[in-house]
Amino acid sequence: MTSTSTAFATAREEGRAALVGYLPAGYPTVEGSIEALRTMVDAGCDAIEIGLPYSDPVMDGPTIQAAAQAALDGGVRTADVLRVVEAVAQTGVPTLVMTYWNPIERYGVQRWAADLAAAGGAGMITPDITPDHGGEWIAAADEHGLDKVFLVAPSSTDERIAMTARESRGFVYAAAVMGVTGARESSSELAGPLVARVRAGGDVPVAVGIGVSTGDQAAEVAAYADGVIVGSAFVRCLLDHEGDEAAGLDALRTLTTDLAEGVRRARR
Amino acid sequence: MRYEADERGYFGETWGGRFMPEALVAALDELTDAWQEAMADDAFVVDFERVLRDYAGTPSRLYHAERLSELVGARVLLKREDLNHTGAHKIRNVLGQALLTRRMGKTRVIAETGAGQHGVASATAAAWFDLDCTVYMGAVDTRRQALNVARMQLLGAKVVPVESGSATLKDAINEALRDWVASVDHTAYLFGTAAGPHPFPSMVRDFCRGIGDEARAQCLDQYGVLPDAVAACVGGGSNAIGLFTAFLEDEGVEIHGFEPGGDGVETGRHAATIHAGEAGVLHGARTYVLQDEDGQTVESHSISAGLDYPGVGPQHSWLSAAGRATYTPVTDAQAMEAMALLSRTEGIIPAIESAHAVAGALDVARRLGQEKGPDATVLINLSGRGDKDMGTAIEWFGLGDAEESPEAELRHVEADAASELDTEAQQ
Repeated sequence: MTSTSTAFATAREEGRAALVGYLPAGYPTVEGSIEALRTMVDAGCDAIEIGLPYSDPVMDGPTIQAAAQAALDGGVRTADVLRVVEAVAQTGVPTLVMTYWNPIERYGVQRWAADLAAAGGAGMITPDITPDHGGEWIAAADEHGLDKVFLVAPSSTDERIAMTARESRGFVYAAAVMGVTGARESSSELAGPLVARVRAGGDVPVAVGIGVSTGDQAAEVAAYADGVIVGSAFVRCLLDHEGDEAAGLDALRTLTTDLAEGVRRARR
Repeated sequence: MRYEADERGYFGETWGGRFMPEALVAALDELTDAWQEAMADDAFVVDFERVLRDYAGTPSRLYHAERLSELVGARVLLKREDLNHTGAHKIRNVLGQALLTRRMGKTRVIAETGAGQHGVASATAAAWFDLDCTVYMGAVDTRRQALNVARMQLLGAKVVPVESGSATLKDAINEALRDWVASVDHTAYLFGTAAGPHPFPSMVRDFCRGIGDEARAQCLDQYGVLPDAVAACVGGGSNAIGLFTAFLEDEGVEIHGFEPGGDGVETGRHAATIHAGEAGVLHGARTYVLQDEDGQTVESHSISAGLDYPGVGPQHSWLSAAGRATYTPVTDAQAMEAMALLSRTEGIIPAIESAHAVAGALDVARRLGQEKGPDATVLINLSGRGDKDMGTAIEWFGLGDAEESPEAELRHVEADAASELDTEAQQ
């Protein structure tokens, strides 16, 4: 198990931001998602987020929801997600799970933390758990040495940002626009100030998510953030090539390469 | 026993809370502050009471249903929330939230709706307060509640059919929450039931608690006693918590919630969340949830779109866990039979939601009548009127079809009622 902060440290030593890639487990199949995530690692992702498909994903836009629903329809289970984590973590790249809370509570928080750690997972990103309502997870994560990645938003108060930075381990996820996940044509003007506010609250790395889909956008964000998180654009590669896995993997490889170059050419 | 939530929104330290994206925390905090300040401000309370009285038509009547009473051998009282403007208790909640929206200086409201009652109420309040209004509604529900869609549109609201997930109420809530994340600076979310993240369960309860406060006073005034039992239907549970709150400290008053049992709990096609669900987190609160072993929400079913929800307000979960209230499933068939019975005996066509309460409460009344005699009193919240459900009734009873006359279906309801009256008379 490798804490995600090591990936950020390595990127920082290289004078660049880290590239964090997201896909839901189980789309198009469990094996297919493993292959897709490994393709992203090979092409330059520094850390991986694996989505746990959930029936009521409040923060997800239509792209991620469509893939996650297809995974659920295909019968993906929480145990399958751990299998994907194990396979991807074997690459040596920090591998996190991004999940809504109810599947974890249902699995058993302690049992989940133990199994995630045993699978080599680095930690968890919790879009619907904030530190002030996440005591049970914080305790379990601390016990098993897992990263606790909490989100901040442009609407967060300075006090909440400081609390979130203090309670997070691995990195802080800056949701840079007020809205759900999904590719956008221009990155948010709210992102830079938000990153600066997190930095003022602690020295944990800050990665910016929601909206990035091109190398140029990645370069723009990498100029001020420690990491760039991309989700919907990767998912789109697979959705656009449904039924043709090879073409989907090609598209993923091309996009990852473009984004990886983006985070490397940013002026820092 | 402490029935209120603590300052973080937990009932009984376990139920409720706030499991929400950080992006909405500031809005929920702002709402919590605004609601608490408003409820402590006499001017707001007076305004709210005035708009309820002059516009919504409260207090609603407490009506003695004499033929039903004869039928079951106990006094059956109906709290006539169906007589409120827009035809349901929902108007209380939205007028409270819309008044609060205006006080907070926001210009747009969004809402989700299942049966359309809350959507119509929200569109009505938005029209009255001159607010932009968008209503999210599951695509399945827009088809089965077409009349209410037209009403909302006539009132000036934009109705957005939601195709994702099961295309019912829970998906409409997800979509409304997504809208809210992106529009929270100028938009208030008029949550339709006493569920969701803190402060909604407590705030919606407070705006609906007039139901119980009025009913309790009316019962004492008209009959000189408290009821032996109070009853309401429970989907999310806003009308029920509005009724129950006034009676929580009255230990001699039984409290009954009736959940949608659909085709029967044993069939798996139901929405009896407390009876058959497990503790979990849905739409921002820890409560009973219909879910599978992986924590994925299971699709609910009820003939009543307004009750078709796989979660329930967290205070109901607490009242059940604490043993203060009893929650029992009522099947689609039992509810429809009660709908016909109330229509034929009292000339009141109830919403199918309310018919669940009637069906379940009549069993309670029969038992209490046997235990305590005919003065035993059961107070049922008749939360809404049945106009919106006529499409379902036409289909269920075969109404309006010359080939398949409704007479056959209704005759058997009448025959059952007559036979029960005869039996009662002989006893």
